[in-house]
Amino acid sequence: MNNKNSYWLKKGITNGIPIALGYFAVSFTLGIAAKNAGLAALQAALASITNHASAGEFAGFTVIATLGTYFEIMLMTLIINARYFLMSCSLSQKFDAKMPFFHRLFMGFFVTDEIFGLAVSVPEKLNPMYIYGMALVASPGWTIGTYLGVVFGNILPANVVSALSVGLYGMFLAIIIPPARKDKIIAGVVASSMAVSFACTYLPIVKNIASGTRIIILTVAISLIAAVLFPIKEDNIQDNMQTSSSEDGLDMKDSPINNDTIKDQEVHHES
Amino acid sequence: MNHNVYIYLLIMALTTYLIRVLPLTLIRREIKNQTIKSFLYYVPYVTLSVMTFPAILTATESMISAAIALAVGILAAWFGRSLFQVSVLSCLTVFVVEFLLFL
Repeated sequence: MNNKNSYWLKKGITNGIPIALGYFAVSFTLGIAAKNAGLAALQAALASITNHASAGEFAGFTVIATLGTYFEIMLMTLIINARYFLMSCSLSQKFDAKMPFFHRLFMGFFVTDEIFGLAVSVPEKLNPMYIYGMALVASPGWTIGTYLGVVFGNILPANVVSALSVGLYGMFLAIIIPPARKDKIIAGVVASSMAVSFACTYLPIVKNIASGTRIIILTVAISLIAAVLFPIKEDNIQDNMQTSSSEDGLDMKDSPINNDTIKDQEVHHES
Repeated sequence: MNHNVYIYLLIMALTTYLIRVLPLTLIRREIKNQTIKSFLYYVPYVTLSVMTFPAILTATESMISAAIALAVGILAAWFGRSLFQVSVLSCLTVFVVEFLLFL
């Protein structure tokens, strides 16, 4: 394995650890849901290792619990996981044209919110090893957590489960807040996204939209409005998100990858 | 209709995989269209924001602990704490606040 690959693999494993911890906590509660839906521990673990999708799996389990039709579970999975479609579109832009095709097929298993969030924050082209490194620790965390959730359901005290359940949100904040601090437009986009999301969760009528569907609709609508109002003009987008990772001990200076791309990290907006 | 758990699981797995892999495999070149590029650039910020708030408020035993954890998380991230630190700080905040609340 060459230098670059082992560098990214190690980095992926390091960053995969907090993801795995968060996953473990979430998937543990997911396991409890699976148990309530009547799944065996191995079946729940199988769902987790083949899906890597919290909301999607949760929704799937509810369909299984109510003995819904196969079409129903397909449609439910499709709608709730549709945001991964957008994430994959976004991620596809980070690939080196020379990257072997099979990597695309493998990476397709691991486009989760967290892995995507970190992968897209790499300032240059994405090395697949980074995703594999994260997946190497995050995927077992997710799968084993689900399994243990079914087996040990109610052993963890409620206050521990409660505390662990904000872990993933903390990670999301660590990804979106630092770039928002540096770029007013991103700050505005983040703030309005949260405000609209809040409104849609509690206002009459719209609050009846399922959360997965709400996420898709808002993501498409708000991103589109932002894209039209504040198009980015730089040809080679240096994603602002890298700032979150550079402060995360992922400093690019020790990276064997060229430093030139990083200097010009501010993304310029046409306004 | 016959209901086999493994068929359910297979449908879930296939659907999820196709959603993720189709854009990865079909979009083989860099998108030149500026609006699409900008759109994809904003997607992660919007989607993570929308998923975090207000969902975080109902994730814990008490909305107060969650709200304080949210504030602590935002501040920690603002002041450049690492991913792991922000995450752990948020969890600890919930733990401590709920401990105090339910004394």
